[in-house]
Amino acid sequence: MKTQAKHAPLTKVLTGIQGFDEITGGGLPRGRTTLVMGGPGCGKTVFSLQLLVNSVNRTKEAAIFVAFEERTSQILTNAATFNWDLGAQTKQKLFFFDAQLAPETVKSGEFDLIGMLHLLSIKAKQLKATCVVFDGIDVLLGLLDDPVAERREIYRIRDWLAETGLTGIITQKVGPIELDQRYSFLQFIVDCVIVLRHQVVHGSAFRNLRVMKYRGSGFFGDEFPISLSADGLQLSNRGPTELRYEVSDERVSSGVPRLDAMLRGGYHRGSNVLLSGAPGSAKSTLAGLFAAAACKRGERTLYVSFDEGASQIVRNLRSVGVDLSTHQKSGLLKMYSTRTRGPNIEEQFADLRATVRAHHPSCLVVDPLSALATKLSHLASADSAQQFLDFLKSERITVVNTSLMDGISTDEATATGISTIADTWIHLSYLVQDGERNRALTIVKSRGTGHSNQVRELKLSDEGVTLADVFVAQGKVLMGVARWEWEQYEQAEKNRIQVATDLKRLQLRLAQAEAAARLQVVQTEIEARDAELAVLDRATGSASQLFVSDQGVLRRMRHADEEIAVPNTPHDGPMKARGRRVGPARGRS
Amino acid sequence: MPKTGKQEARLVLRLYVAGNAPNSIRAVTNAQALCNSHFASRYELEIVDLLEHPQRALTDGVIVTPTLIRLLPLPVQKVVGTLSDAEQLLHVLAGT
Repeated sequence: MKTQAKHAPLTKVLTGIQGFDEITGGGLPRGRTTLVMGGPGCGKTVFSLQLLVNSVNRTKEAAIFVAFEERTSQILTNAATFNWDLGAQTKQKLFFFDAQLAPETVKSGEFDLIGMLHLLSIKAKQLKATCVVFDGIDVLLGLLDDPVAERREIYRIRDWLAETGLTGIITQKVGPIELDQRYSFLQFIVDCVIVLRHQVVHGSAFRNLRVMKYRGSGFFGDEFPISLSADGLQLSNRGPTELRYEVSDERVSSGVPRLDAMLRGGYHRGSNVLLSGAPGSAKSTLAGLFAAAACKRGERTLYVSFDEGASQIVRNLRSVGVDLSTHQKSGLLKMYSTRTRGPNIEEQFADLRATVRAHHPSCLVVDPLSALATKLSHLASADSAQQFLDFLKSERITVVNTSLMDGISTDEATATGISTIADTWIHLSYLVQDGERNRALTIVKSRGTGHSNQVRELKLSDEGVTLADVFVAQGKVLMGVARWEWEQYEQAEKNRIQVATDLKRLQLRLAQAEAAARLQVVQTEIEARDAELAVLDRATGSASQLFVSDQGVLRRMRHADEEIAVPNTPHDGPMKARGRRVGPARGRS
Repeated sequence: MPKTGKQEARLVLRLYVAGNAPNSIRAVTNAQALCNSHFASRYELEIVDLLEHPQRALTDGVIVTPTLIRLLPLPVQKVVGTLSDAEQLLHVLAGT
């Protein structure tokens, strides 16, 4: 690899095939030979023709297509079924060389490609072609019926390519045993080997592409799913290595106000929402509400349903008060019903993508995404699902996917990988209790939005969907009748408590009143005593004065001397006692 | 078959070769030998070097070398290869 780099730096030719240029870091090696091998119907011809058309359209450089297998007219007819730009100018720059021997041609002994390569050299010079495809080289060389001769001719082509400096692509049919012994040497003489594979898993067809070898260049060696759609062959690689899309803080209503509140404002615009749950847990109803709400806001909406007709869905939703038919008539809403069986999953996603592009919705419902589950169990298909969701994200389409699953930790969820790339995951479950079944809604996760961790009971009625708190009593979540009973019980309890409280209040008021009354009595008593006291004080005062004055009068009457007035002063006794005595004595004076 | 040699119809052949490539040289030798021994003077064999006359080869729809084209009797018939199988070639040239 390093030695190659010494001669000339490796440059690459963009193929324009979606995904392929990414995994090879820029396409096929320029001026070198690439081998494309695969069984019949793998898309070898489409791959090589598509890259020629793209290359001619982009670089305006001519190219040569040497057709060993099909006639030019056939190839052009097939090419016309794709949306490729095959204008007159392109056709002029694209030279087809019919290299099939007529069926009546007799083969007698060995032949070689010297003549053909000479003709091609002249054509290449004339057109200034830079690229040449040898499609189905095995058809012609097989006639040689001599492995040694075949090998010699292939070496001849390789040497010719090296000499002319053309970028060569050789397609080669290989048998069911991937590395057909006869041509295994081919892999060693070319610079780049691409293996296309067509397989059937559980009745579904899968096409894969793998870069087996690329001299002097890094590449992704995984097997990548490919799809053949109207645009031609494309790789569903595992998304771009770097995830780039604008994110939005804008919220979109889920169609259920209470759910919006639980999500603190609804789903994020451009996010993908997974509604999982058991059959009949109202997934479609929630999805329908989302669609109806989007239409009411005037947003274009696409409702994709699998295995269930559009009219049936509209009718079912009408029964819970969701009217989609008016939006359908106005053209805002497009219902697209399709079968899960049929085209392979790659094509199915390609088809969905085309439908999305045609309708240009800002909101999308896929109901149910898990209808593809059996197919999605295949890793490659999970990739294509993811890629589809990535595509929606880059288009800023808010998507609600429903998915059938009974428990949160089902393998299905992990297998599809949908749960990991879902931004918001709402799980609907049943709670069977006391002989009935009720729906419960939980938000398992919601990226970038605060969300309630509460389980809510989901109630369906003619008016639509409402979410109710669930009661948790004695460690049990209560719903339905149990909840109603609990509500009744709680109400009665509340009433009882209310009455009891009222009674208590009355009692207390009574006690208060009594106390107040008592207070009044006491107050009055105090006043009475005061009055009495006052009377008493006055009475005693006048009496003592009278006594003193009387004594004076008496003394005067008896003519006694002053000495008699101090017999009160004691000789012993505590100071306190004396002090106490002093008080009244003073007061008296 | 021997009787073919006695047919009166003229045989017109064109052999495309690629210069002096081994297969081409072998084809020329084989063609000339067979024609001389079976068709004597009733044949025309034109040898065209594709490397010099590519346009003619394209017109005649020649893909590989060597290619022998029987122009007459009609219909036009092609044989590719070194023409090493004399008996088979004889059948083709005689139109049987």
